[in-house]
Amino acid sequence: MVWLLVLIPLLLAVAAVLIPSGRLRPWLVPFGGLIQVVLVVFAISSENVSGFQGWLLLDPLGKLVLLFISVLFFICSLYVPGYLSLRAERPTRLFCACLLSMLGMMTLMTLSHHLGLMWVAMEATTLASAPLLLFNSSTRSLEATWKYLLIGSVGIALALLGSFFLAYASLYEGLESTLQFDDLIKLAPHLSKPWLHAAFVLLLVGYGTKMGLAPMHTWKPDAYGEAPGLVGALLAGGVTSCAFLAILRFYSLCVASGEAAFAREIFIFSGILSMVVAAVFMIRQRDFKRMLAYSSVEHMGILVLGIGVGGLATYGALLHLLTNGLTKGVLFLSAGNIHRAFGSKLTDDVRGAIRRVPMSGALFLAGFLAITGSPPFGPFISEFTILNGAIGSGKFVVAALFLLLLAIVFVGMGSTVLRVTQGTPSTPATATDFRESPRFVIPILLFLGMSLLLGLYIPPQLESLLKNAALFVENGV
Amino acid sequence: MYQLIDPILVAVLLLNFAALGASQLRTVIHAIALQGVLLGVLVVVAHNEFTIWAVLMACAAITLKGIFIPRLLFHAIREVSIRREVEPIIGFIASLLLGGLGTALAVLFSNTLPIAQEHVGSLIVPAALSTTLTGFLILTTRVKAITQVVGYLVLENGIFIFGMLLVEAMPFLVEIGVLLDLFVAIFVMGIIINRISREFSTVSTRNLSSLKE
Amino acid sequence: MLISQIIVHVVLLLVMPPLLLGVIGKTKALFGGRVGPPLFQAFFDLIKLFQKGSVISSTTTWVFRAGPVVGLATAILAGLFIPFGGHASPVSFSGDLILFAYLFALGRFFTASAALDTGSAFEGMGAAREVTFSCLAEPALFFGFLVLAKLSGSLSLTAMLDGPMPNSWGAAGASLVLVAASLFIVLLVENSRIPFDDPNTHLELTMIHEVMVLDHSGPALGMILYGAAMKLFVMCALLLRIVAPFDSGNIWVDWGIFAVGMLALAMVIGVVESIMARFKLTFVPTFLVAACLLSAFGIILLLR
Repeated sequence: MVWLLVLIPLLLAVAAVLIPSGRLRPWLVPFGGLIQVVLVVFAISSENVSGFQGWLLLDPLGKLVLLFISVLFFICSLYVPGYLSLRAERPTRLFCACLLSMLGMMTLMTLSHHLGLMWVAMEATTLASAPLLLFNSSTRSLEATWKYLLIGSVGIALALLGSFFLAYASLYEGLESTLQFDDLIKLAPHLSKPWLHAAFVLLLVGYGTKMGLAPMHTWKPDAYGEAPGLVGALLAGGVTSCAFLAILRFYSLCVASGEAAFAREIFIFSGILSMVVAAVFMIRQRDFKRMLAYSSVEHMGILVLGIGVGGLATYGALLHLLTNGLTKGVLFLSAGNIHRAFGSKLTDDVRGAIRRVPMSGALFLAGFLAITGSPPFGPFISEFTILNGAIGSGKFVVAALFLLLLAIVFVGMGSTVLRVTQGTPSTPATATDFRESPRFVIPILLFLGMSLLLGLYIPPQLESLLKNAALFVENGV
Repeated sequence: MYQLIDPILVAVLLLNFAALGASQLRTVIHAIALQGVLLGVLVVVAHNEFTIWAVLMACAAITLKGIFIPRLLFHAIREVSIRREVEPIIGFIASLLLGGLGTALAVLFSNTLPIAQEHVGSLIVPAALSTTLTGFLILTTRVKAITQVVGYLVLENGIFIFGMLLVEAMPFLVEIGVLLDLFVAIFVMGIIINRISREFSTVSTRNLSSLKE
Repeated sequence: MLISQIIVHVVLLLVMPPLLLGVIGKTKALFGGRVGPPLFQAFFDLIKLFQKGSVISSTTTWVFRAGPVVGLATAILAGLFIPFGGHASPVSFSGDLILFAYLFALGRFFTASAALDTGSAFEGMGAAREVTFSCLAEPALFFGFLVLAKLSGSLSLTAMLDGPMPNSWGAAGASLVLVAASLFIVLLVENSRIPFDDPNTHLELTMIHEVMVLDHSGPALGMILYGAAMKLFVMCALLLRIVAPFDSGNIWVDWGIFAVGMLALAMVIGVVESIMARFKLTFVPTFLVAACLLSAFGIILLLR
């Protein structure tokens, strides 16, 4: 049963290649997204989902991330048919197939309990997303794809070296060498410490590259800036969550081997560093899509910071994974609409978006308020929980830095967003006659609604999922 | 057969220096191809006995790293008419010295890591680390997209060497997975190199600098 | 040490160097399909030069005249420290390897000074090249010595090269291969052989060593040629002992093996010169750095 979750998107990807009709093909993507959501809900409610001698296993953490990814993908996929009908001149075959195989690979990532398999899934996600970045086929998107591919592949290669180190950590102590996650957790207290430390650092650098932690974030502004808005939303919400999931798995390994303090220090440091880098680059950012990329760097920093603080903040970080991803969906899709209407993504050319594309402009503004942690949206709750955790555990310096950086980001991001949305509409030479129809707005509204919902009320089922996942991260079981 | 590992690794390390110091693209690719073949031989040697899996793995590694990818790179040079020089950002001498420094550091670092009884005195860990570092060096200090692919390849080779410590532990599936992944990555990179050359009529990453702050 | 051994050593040191040049020349001629100059041509040249008078520019000082003399004297002295074949050298003490290396440096210093003393910009350029390259060759030589010293646990050339050499190959073969390769590069560079420099070239922009000695004539030039040949001989002897550490047990047979080995090495150099083209001048430093790295890597392998 578990393999169906991976296989169905892949089969649909094959179908997308084979189907001759260019009009029908885009609808395969929301169709696949819907099937996936149904299957995932079914899988989460069933007791024991595993397969291939423990290589695939749906644990509490995996449940949370898998649910989030399939919902995110489904809402994004609603945007696909409309988007592709606008871009009728571009071939859609590869685009749809890559989207669906990306879904399959992200699912595999959340399910895999084997370091090697997880690694292959991560790399496959990178490769599947490369053609998506190249969709616009301009010299700039080519440059972005090259950087994304090269930096991503190198990072992932280091992660492989880290996985090998981990396997050797058990081999060295005369234990049975394994890359299977559950066995490693059992062996964890006996693992050789120097190898474990080296492995953790390499794995954090490797998967951190995919996640976009500073200073391995350099591909992110280019890739997010050049990708179609919908791909940006998937990368910022989905792929980064997968990479974060991998890092969480290694963290629980560290916890199980009694090295949690070592890992937490690194997490706090890299979290703060990412936030600082993002804040610096967000001030006076002229390109609003690149601004979103730096915002993503910032929030990845918040995620690892939350884990580094631990306790209540772990719960906060997991909640933030959801709220950030959903709000990023709002921002990327509405930014995509604005980009399309004005034909530019520089603040010099784009003014008064609220008048030119009223819904998208307003949603972009709302998304900005949400992502910077204004109540009553979801990110406010999750960021507040992390702050609460930091103060509760006596980490006052961290809490103060966190607040200061959030304030800087708010100001920096605000000046760009307000310039884009407010004022009299500009008419740059590149402007198009793009009209907002419901199919370009409904997915954004869905995202914003869910972000708002998480800020006001967390359903008990989700609450228990979150709590179980947080327990799983902290204890490794 | 285990004592054959070290001479092979010494040759692999010398090929790292060759790849760093050579000024002709062809020489660099030849060095990498030879390194790939040596790694294939290493698989058989490290398995310590002729099992069918070991031989299959070795064949796969030799075909991929020693024959297929170099041919792909040569093809790219010919088709895209890339100029035959390497075009480093820092000089060849500086690259060589950095490579030497990297090797020394790799040896020092691997001395601080505990090594299992049966691997004491073997060159595997320092060779793996220094090959990885060499890959990094080539990646970061060369202008052409194709040399960056070569750097990635060397980096993967370093990781592959480390994998030799785990031949008994690693299931066949993962070993093949690694090779397959490498193949696909290089293949996709090859496609993009082709595109880059079509767009810019040269394959220098100096052109890829319009995206920056 | 027997007095007879010392005599053989000195006689070989004084007589054999020009013969090596002859062997190299013959090998190259053979490859080129020519008859070539006779085997003893270098002797004839030397005799001819020593019989000539010399012209000395009035702008030069005593430095100009000292250059060739010091060059020859340092080469002969260095030759006394190197053991030939398996035999002990006439002079040896702990740390003599440093003196050995710096005797060559002293000779080079005076040759370069003499070139600068002429006041010709052209010779100054040659001097600059010579010292640049040799300052890269020196670390390679010392790294090589370090490997040998580590293997033998001694700092004297005789002790390093004589006794333990045959056994060392079993213990640290990889390191020795690297050192031998590195020393071969140093040998070719230091003695201005192809592919690094061409002893026969008279193209102004490419030559290194030859350009420095253009103003010397007669006996002074003879001394320079003789000194250069001797330097080649001494470095070949060093390399030969590393690559072919054979001891037959009989002293006189060993001398024979040594002489034959030297001639064979000269032929190898001749072959290298015949089949390789001269490198671009800018590549020479790259190769020298590579030579340094080879020996340094040899040390790493040894110390690990």
